[in-house]
Amino acid sequence: MSTNSLWAYANPKKFIATVDKVLPAISVLAVVCLVVGLVWGFFFTPDDYRQGSTVKIIYLHVPSALMAINAWLMMLIASIIWIVRRHHVSALAARAAAPVGVVMTLIALATGAIWGQPMWGTWWAWDPRLTSFLILFLFYLGYIALWEAIENDDTAADLTSILCLVGSVFALLSRYAVNFWNQGLHQGASLSLDKEENVADVFYHPLLVSIAGFVLLFLALVLLRTRTEIRARRMRALLARERMG
Amino acid sequence: MMPDLGKYADTVLSAYAVSLVLLALLVVVSLRRSRRVKADLEAIENKVKRDG
Repeated sequence: MSTNSLWAYANPKKFIATVDKVLPAISVLAVVCLVVGLVWGFFFTPDDYRQGSTVKIIYLHVPSALMAINAWLMMLIASIIWIVRRHHVSALAARAAAPVGVVMTLIALATGAIWGQPMWGTWWAWDPRLTSFLILFLFYLGYIALWEAIENDDTAADLTSILCLVGSVFALLSRYAVNFWNQGLHQGASLSLDKEENVADVFYHPLLVSIAGFVLLFLALVLLRTRTEIRARRMRALLARERMG
Repeated sequence: MMPDLGKYADTVLSAYAVSLVLLALLVVVSLRRSRRVKADLEAIENKVKRDG
């Protein structure tokens, strides 16, 4: 796909037509991967020799944490496109991704707390990764609130884009905090390009399928919600025109 | 069919319950808003066409 053909999707009509075409297939794939990954992980993997059956939480915790960070990075790219090229679809895509990102962050925090209680003896610790995730969650809430608080769409897109740039520091910290500070309860990454550092193969393969499911679900929801935001924006424009004349 | 989760059964099941409920809510809210906005937009477009 050339760069020029990619920019064609900045046209709302072309974007909606494409979403109408691809959304059913992506949604079906997402459901299949999620069901296969979670059923495989829950029913057909052994207990861990140290963590017992709590290891099964990995199939929810790791994919949701991954998507919490990557959703913000997607919003960052969309915000930069808005700032540089003023394409409304990119600003609306960032807006559409935020509620999906906040739910992913909430799942990561909740499953982390539930998992942490029997393993660490506490629901919560002011550990670098946990704390940066909590701040990322608050940034998501602030981002959504800012969009809702400003009536003019372009002004809202400008201000939320700046907030997104600032929040990116915490999105990156959430990912790399455990590498910066050798303190805290949270262990290192569960997935790595270095095979030695990965979780054991018996957990790794269903985890990959579950991650694919979360990625596809995120994609499906962002496409669906962006299409909704484009329609809502057109509706606001028509209502404003009607009021004026 | 249900695997033996041992002493951590409550922990594992509550993690799955919380996550699946949140995901289901997100999907339902997104679909409902999509349908409502589409219907509202169609109604406004028809009204604009009618009124010229």
